Amino acid sequence: MTSLTNTIGPDAPAPAFTAVGGDVPDYFALLKPRVMVLVIFTALVGMVVSQGHVPPAIGVISLLAIAVGAGASGCLNMWWDADIDAVMTRTAQRPIPAGRISSEEALGFGLFLSVASVLVLGLAANWLAAGLLAFTIVFYAVIYSMWLKRATAQNIVIGGAAGALPPVIGQAVVSGSFGIESLVLFAIIFIWTPPHFWALALIKAEEYARAGIPMMPNVAGPASTRRQIVWYTVILAPLGLVPVALGFGGLLYAVIGVVGGVGMLAFSVRVLKNREGEAEKRAAMGMFGFSILYLFALFSALLAEQSFGLFRPLV
Amino acid sequence: MPDPETPYRQLTPAEEARRRKRSIAIALALGAWVLLFFVLTIVKLGPQILSRPL
Repeated sequence: MTSLTNTIGPDAPAPAFTAVGGDVPDYFALLKPRVMVLVIFTALVGMVVSQGHVPPAIGVISLLAIAVGAGASGCLNMWWDADIDAVMTRTAQRPIPAGRISSEEALGFGLFLSVASVLVLGLAANWLAAGLLAFTIVFYAVIYSMWLKRATAQNIVIGGAAGALPPVIGQAVVSGSFGIESLVLFAIIFIWTPPHFWALALIKAEEYARAGIPMMPNVAGPASTRRQIVWYTVILAPLGLVPVALGFGGLLYAVIGVVGGVGMLAFSVRVLKNREGEAEKRAAMGMFGFSILYLFALFSALLAEQSFGLFRPLV
Repeated sequence: MPDPETPYRQLTPAEEARRRKRSIAIALALGAWVLLFFVLTIVKLGPQILSRPL
């Protein structure tokens, strides 16, 4: 008689995506580790620009909880979107569509980590921060993934709020509330998101169409998307300098904000002008890549100024 | 060799190896979870716990 401990499931009705169990790195991949790094980074900046103090151990545990919460929402997103991930080359090798992890496993993993991360953040920091993390997870997994993504071309505009919330959670961890500093950082990430993603969507329009996702280039057309990229960038460039006006961004931040903002505008105009062939691809990928560098540089400047004594006030 | 009397099948060696790695990862994660709550408790209580009235 074969031991049941040495076996796997019987002939249960096959769900959409089945697997016999993946490797440990597959489960880690479900958490979208690159997004987790970005979330840790922006939440940390939200913490350092805040008035207040938490013991270092509480700060580290809180950042860990925020990162795991973000990973859990990424996992739930992959569970829900496995069908469209399977038809897009960029995502077809993710663990669920590739058959290395089953849908049920991913759902259980994501739900457990969601609850655990919120619980830990509530116990470690405070319940406002935990509530904001819970809201972020629900917003990303339910409002964005299950509803907006397949329903409207404004999907990443509204859904971008989930990606913009970590600095607000970071400030809530440190100060027990959230103020103008983290709300400005929220606004910067929120306005940065559409031109960043639409640059990629311009190139991947065919794949998004095949997957049935109403991204802006597929709905409003590439020309309208290019104009909107420019308009969002026109708002973003001065918005990126608001921390200087409010006094929590110093000289270093101002220089990076001005240079980066001008660079973003130049890349967006390049996207507007180059509409065909290789030039179009180069312009869009340039915008996509530079936008990552821009946001990273802005937040790095704040971190360096607040943490390493580089702050030189301008106002 | 599959047992014809049961609807289950034996895992292949590769599947067993993956399951063993998963089990170790779960054990480590649980250990880290316990350690995290221990550290959290100590930090939250603080040194004043030693000078409480008896």
